[in-house]
Amino acid sequence: MNRLEVRNLSTSFATDEGRVDAVADVSFAISAGKTTAIVGESGSGKSVTSLTLMRLLPRTAATRVSGEAWFVDRAGSRLDLLALPESRMRALRGNQVAMIFQEPMTSLNPVFSIGGQIAESLRMHKGLDRAAARAEALRMLDLVEMPAAAQRLDEYPHQLSGGMRQRVMIALAMACDPTLLIADEPTTALDVTIQAQILALMRRLQAETGMSILFITHNLGVVAHHADDVVVMYAGRVVERASVRPLFATPAHPYTQGLLACLPGKAHSAGKSRPRRLFAIRGQVSSPLAPPPGCAFAPRCDQAQAACAKGMPPLVDTGEARQARCVLVPGLVAKAA
Amino acid sequence: MSAFAPAPSPPLIEVRHLKHYFGSKDRPVRAVDDVSFAIERGETLGLVGESGSGKSTIGRAVLRLLDCTAGQVLYRGDDIGKLSGERMRRLRSKLQIIFQDPYASLNPKMRIGATLGEALSTHGLARGPGERERRIAELLEMVGLDAEHARRFPHEFSGGQRQRIGVARALAVEPEFIVADEPLSALDVSIQAQVINLLADLRERLALTMLFISHDLDVVEYLCDRVVVLYLGHVMEIAPTAELFALPLHPYTQALLAASPKPDPLIESVAVPLKGDIPSPMAPPSGCVFRTRCPHAIAACAETVPPLEERGPGRFSACIRIDLLTPA
Repeated sequence: MNRLEVRNLSTSFATDEGRVDAVADVSFAISAGKTTAIVGESGSGKSVTSLTLMRLLPRTAATRVSGEAWFVDRAGSRLDLLALPESRMRALRGNQVAMIFQEPMTSLNPVFSIGGQIAESLRMHKGLDRAAARAEALRMLDLVEMPAAAQRLDEYPHQLSGGMRQRVMIALAMACDPTLLIADEPTTALDVTIQAQILALMRRLQAETGMSILFITHNLGVVAHHADDVVVMYAGRVVERASVRPLFATPAHPYTQGLLACLPGKAHSAGKSRPRRLFAIRGQVSSPLAPPPGCAFAPRCDQAQAACAKGMPPLVDTGEARQARCVLVPGLVAKAA
Repeated sequence: MSAFAPAPSPPLIEVRHLKHYFGSKDRPVRAVDDVSFAIERGETLGLVGESGSGKSTIGRAVLRLLDCTAGQVLYRGDDIGKLSGERMRRLRSKLQIIFQDPYASLNPKMRIGATLGEALSTHGLARGPGERERRIAELLEMVGLDAEHARRFPHEFSGGQRQRIGVARALAVEPEFIVADEPLSALDVSIQAQVINLLADLRERLALTMLFISHDLDVVEYLCDRVVVLYLGHVMEIAPTAELFALPLHPYTQALLAASPKPDPLIESVAVPLKGDIPSPMAPPSGCVFRTRCPHAIAACAETVPPLEERGPGRFSACIRIDLLTPA
């Protein structure tokens, strides 16, 4: 069963120089209890996708959103997150659908104690009284393995380390027992040994609660070990979708191939000696104000052909639950058949 | 040694018992606490560690961008802390730095040509306008940009291009030695590979010696000849890169390698290699600073600071549990 099914999601912003398509025609699904990762570099639209789903885009941006995002709630009814009235969305957000961000320092309120912030959510969504909410907040801090949780309850965000702040964020997200957790670069600001702790914690909570996770990251090492399905985005579009093992074993899109080939750790791991030069994707992402005609990756692609500039290639099925957006792909599929 | 043998030349850079304490005298933050290592000519030495390990402080101390509490930094055998202002200023053209954040380290109001030209004129290089323009164009081309980019401002460039400009500025004065302080961490993966290749090419072409500071172990493994592993201001381990990654001796190095997720779903990852947080450098643990998180710690670890001892050719580790840690 899919906990969330996103269909043809598009988000555009008005800028002084014209309208920019930050996210275009994005579709993917997250199964119950599974993790789908959205991978991409700066400007790929991965964070805008998550903020659109949560309906947290700033109103000043004159956003235009289209598409559908079907979420199955606890009662089993299917709701389109993009069409719900704001009051119902507010009841869902931080409750059944929770979110954690990259920088816990900026997403926690500096003037409230961490216990108070967790309790606020419990009082609002679960209707607990003050004492019950405080007791439950303590239970949540214990759940996220916060050291000396009882003392921490009355501390403020600035008194905690980066890793502990991210634990508080997770406690806050878990407080109302969400069925979908959207995690936007949750470990990017953390040291590797702390990152390992936070990822293990998220895994444990997922195993215990059966929640689904939408994991947004640029770190392919994290994706390899913590995602079930992967969505690769480039310049606002999905360029490839696959389960994690096939994606890493046989990336179909030239961008995914390049992304994996240019990792210094990947260049090594197959027991090969260190290559004299690392594979590098040439050039840079083109400006969203002046996208190239056709495939957005074509100007950087070593395998580009004349056909690439003619139009945006469609997302094509390349095998079992796999898709790629590349003019070369239908040929590959035909050859394999 | 025979009287006719040439005296062994000193390493290009040598750091001896470096200490740097911040804050009050009675309760200092021990950012760097008794660190020693050497960098040979032409070598790229990696400095790895997590937040608070002191790696950036060491990078700045090596260039005398900050004056240390104690210890020495020797350049070709001379103590740079004792050099006069004038001699230090001349030496600066030999010792350069590339910063982490290409957005913060370029003056937004200066055209790229002026930024590069300033480095040249400060050190009295490329006198005369024609010579200066020629050298600026040459530098931009060396880092893979166009000569006409000299007329542009920093905001007109992407992050990767800005980091190339940072590299060009460091190279403008023809340095022998470069400190690269996390030069890749603000860049996207596909752009990182371009800058790694650029650094590797230039290092070879210009015979540069480099101190490469990073928290990214994969990049360090790719780019460095030897590695110094730091934790809370102390050296935990020093080893040639291939040996360090094949067989880390120190429990902290072992944990650090285990914690870094490899981009391959078929490689099993260790659940959680280290519990707890990095202790505050204001109140570091007694004895071995790593003992509070070390899975192998014993009572004796709290008593004395373990010395950095040679465990094999070129391999040093600061851990008293040698029983666990002999190279096979």
